[in-house]
Amino acid sequence: MSVAEIKHIDNPHPLTGMTNGKLGTWLFLASELMLFGGLFSAYILLRTGDANWVTETHLNIPLATLNTMVLIASSITILLAWANAAMKNLGKYRLYMTLTLLLSCVFLVIKYFEYSAKLHHGLLPSTHNFFGIYFTLTGLHGLHIIGGMLVNAYLLGPGAKLWDTNHAMFVNRVECAGLYWHFVDLVWIFLFPSLYLL
Amino acid sequence: MAGHTVEEIQKSVKVYMGVFVVLAVLTVVTVAVSYLHLNMTMAIVVALIVASVKGSLVAGYFMHLLSERGLVFWVLGFSAFFFIVCLVIPTFTHMGYPGQ
Repeated sequence: MSVAEIKHIDNPHPLTGMTNGKLGTWLFLASELMLFGGLFSAYILLRTGDANWVTETHLNIPLATLNTMVLIASSITILLAWANAAMKNLGKYRLYMTLTLLLSCVFLVIKYFEYSAKLHHGLLPSTHNFFGIYFTLTGLHGLHIIGGMLVNAYLLGPGAKLWDTNHAMFVNRVECAGLYWHFVDLVWIFLFPSLYLL
Repeated sequence: MAGHTVEEIQKSVKVYMGVFVVLAVLTVVTVAVSYLHLNMTMAIVVALIVASVKGSLVAGYFMHLLSERGLVFWVLGFSAFFFIVCLVIPTFTHMGYPGQ
């Protein structure tokens, strides 16, 4: 029995202009857009439908601003990891991928302090619709961060074995992981002003 | 971006660093504007414009959408349309039910 070859995993498909893996990643991100779109819709519905919306949200704007900067910085480091992987510079690839993981940890630690402060003051999802949607949106976003960290850690560790056996495929995997990571950054860019500043 | 030369990638890295600086500055602008205590409509408009510019920069440069072609735009256009529909649906809840 012959094993069917999977085509266009390391070279662009002539019809789509990209590798199948990259197209799959974009399709996944399109579905993610709808997931967060539904929750943003819920947020607007809750907020516009409540005449007594909270005026004091007790959210820590400086910490959230710092987290925004941390996430943007991690977007740059994963791009640099991809660029160095494409230029076959393994040492720098490892450095920037490690930095991406460290920045992801910093984001989660800051989020932990934010959540702790809310819980300490008795501000639970059941306290008000605002905190319900706040914990849902930021919690789901946090889960996406953890998911991305797992993929990035795999590409830094065991997944890096592909570097020697099929370098082009490895670079594509890093690029796809990067696409996902930028999407997570993109979601936060809209979450931050919507929840913290408006 | 696959198959690009080292020189092209190095050139792209310079662009990424420029975009990073712009994103950081726009983040500071977003926060600064929130301290101006504009009325809610203006605050939403300004915040959405700045967030949209930042989002476009991330999608265009970091996600390489500017150098993509064809199918991916149909996929994203389709999703973006329904995403906007999702955001518009709450507006209709204020229009009342038929017969009211």
